[in-house]
Amino acid sequence: MTDYRQKYQMTPVVGWLLKDRGGMILLAILIAAAILVPIGNLLMPETSAFHVPTWMLSLLGKYLCYALLALSVDLIWGFCGILSLGHGAFFALGGYAMGMYLMRQIGDRGVYGNPELPDFMVFLNWTELPWYWYGFDMFWFAIVMAMFVPGLLAFVFGFLAFRSRVTGVYLSIITQAMTYALLLAFFRNDMGFGGNNGLTDFKDLLGYSLQSDGTRSGLFVASCVFLGICYIVARGITQSRLGKVLIAIRDAEARVRFTGYRVEYYKLFVFTVSAVMAGIAGALYVPQVGIINPGEFAPALSIEIVIWVAVGGRGTLYGAVLGAFIVNYAKTFFTGVMPDFWLFFLGGLFIAVTLFLPKGVIGAVPAFGSPDRKSVLSGLRKRIADRRTNEGGKA
Amino acid sequence: MNDAVAVEMNASDVPQVKSARAETILYVDGVSVTFDGFRALNNLSFYIEPGELRAIIGPNGAGKTTMMDIITGKTRPDTGDVLFKSEIDLTKMDEAEIANLGIGRKFQKPTVFESHTVFDNLLLACSGGRGVFQALFHRLSDVEKTKIEKTLITIMLEDKRDETAANLSHGQKQWLEIGMLLMQEPELLLVDEPVAGMTDSETEETAKLLRNIAKEYSVVVVEHDMEFVRDLDCKVTVLHEGSVLAEGRLDHVQKDPRVIEVYLGR
Repeated sequence: MTDYRQKYQMTPVVGWLLKDRGGMILLAILIAAAILVPIGNLLMPETSAFHVPTWMLSLLGKYLCYALLALSVDLIWGFCGILSLGHGAFFALGGYAMGMYLMRQIGDRGVYGNPELPDFMVFLNWTELPWYWYGFDMFWFAIVMAMFVPGLLAFVFGFLAFRSRVTGVYLSIITQAMTYALLLAFFRNDMGFGGNNGLTDFKDLLGYSLQSDGTRSGLFVASCVFLGICYIVARGITQSRLGKVLIAIRDAEARVRFTGYRVEYYKLFVFTVSAVMAGIAGALYVPQVGIINPGEFAPALSIEIVIWVAVGGRGTLYGAVLGAFIVNYAKTFFTGVMPDFWLFFLGGLFIAVTLFLPKGVIGAVPAFGSPDRKSVLSGLRKRIADRRTNEGGKA
Repeated sequence: MNDAVAVEMNASDVPQVKSARAETILYVDGVSVTFDGFRALNNLSFYIEPGELRAIIGPNGAGKTTMMDIITGKTRPDTGDVLFKSEIDLTKMDEAEIANLGIGRKFQKPTVFESHTVFDNLLLACSGGRGVFQALFHRLSDVEKTKIEKTLITIMLEDKRDETAANLSHGQKQWLEIGMLLMQEPELLLVDEPVAGMTDSETEETAKLLRNIAKEYSVVVVEHDMEFVRDLDCKVTVLHEGSVLAEGRLDHVQKDPRVIEVYLGR
């Protein structure tokens, strides 16, 4: 017999983390990677089998940012049923905030050598810095903005959408429209964010050259740390009573309302937290890839994030991280070997996962999957049976 | 034209209405609502006394579920008053506010949180803070635990506490939903077709359960099943085409020729 006091008390962080097997494995891997990968890159000689080449370090760092982005989407989609197809927008806004700081760090080392204005502004014959660029010469300000701007957008957007009870596919469509509108806006030169070309040619971060292996290792470690912290925050939310309310909203929204909860506040809270996480992911991503342009607002990218989560396993948090790594590794591989086939592969993967692995890759692992869906085949059978009963119910 | 007549009738009813209002838990007066030209409720008036158990019956389309929607804030009436405890105007409030005032509602189709355990379902319904941050930092108290244990016994699910709600039978889900209403500590329970799809023995158990609950709370039950209504042994209101057709003991209303006509066809 289970001791309920123990089970339902909000035990200290360590207590509930220890019960989260997948999370413990993820955190252990992150800690190991944060220590071993930089050692392999910086200390091992290039001839050694343990040497980690710089390109691989950067690639892994990029995947970590995607993993954090996937985590943020799983938090709202997997646990609250909010299918955002515009999360790339929050990621890109976080990236732009960091990009603006990096632009200001260039100083007079740009092509035009203007100490005050970034190159693209000189090119556009602007004479002074727009007001919204003020403060971005300070690192702390850029970091705060990388979280605050996506959070504020999500808060305002979410407030209007959830208060009007926009749900399901309609919400997905307006999130797409939001990111598309931002895409078009950021393409315009008048916006003052570098237009089509975006922000690039970054030189250094906090005085450290972005080209040096040491800085790249530092960014890699930072990505591991932030992914770990955000995982713990997300797990803390989902295992609390608030997390139970979110799952209840996902399963029976009307019942939650009639039970006296303000559904819109709960959605707004988790949507905003998720957007802040996406913003952090973007801010970590930009210095590692060296560029941010409006392409990151593309609706297709936002849809891809949802595929990562679906592939990994929705509603598990660590599944989203795994999915981001699997799909992005496949992307790196396919776009290198046979670039024409990548989109077919991605589409095929999504269909295959939806049909055969409704709980994602993580759901196929017996230790993590639910007992009634042990194998791929039984998953498929259950799905067909579910569909039949649903159709029967409608008729 | 109908409206004018309704207003006039109300005016002549005023003294009576005043006295009735004084001690009602729910007071519905002259409520009309129209959906795309279809008049779902037509000058509906009735009241429920504190501690009363009331069955509301009526053929399909009589407006039973619409009436529930109006009381719980899901639908706004075009005209009319809905007062809780004689003074709180429910027509201006939303679902969450009304739920927190102490009006619990059970849906026609059993609606529980399928991925949660029976225990967690009751925990979420447990009265208390509904704020986002209260929920984030909530710890289960002994008081809450005792309350949940008590409700588990009331709804006959004490051995299912760890079961996921999705694995319960249809009847057990109905009981769980009733249990969730009890956890909210409501003063008025609105129960929509609690025995639809239940076996005979489950139906009997449910009637017993509701009669027990009615000792502590005011309960309004909407039901089709005449046997079940007889088991409830209470005052019955018959709805037809959005207004009250007859009211009284079941034996009495069953003899009413208008009720016979509505139920048996003309």
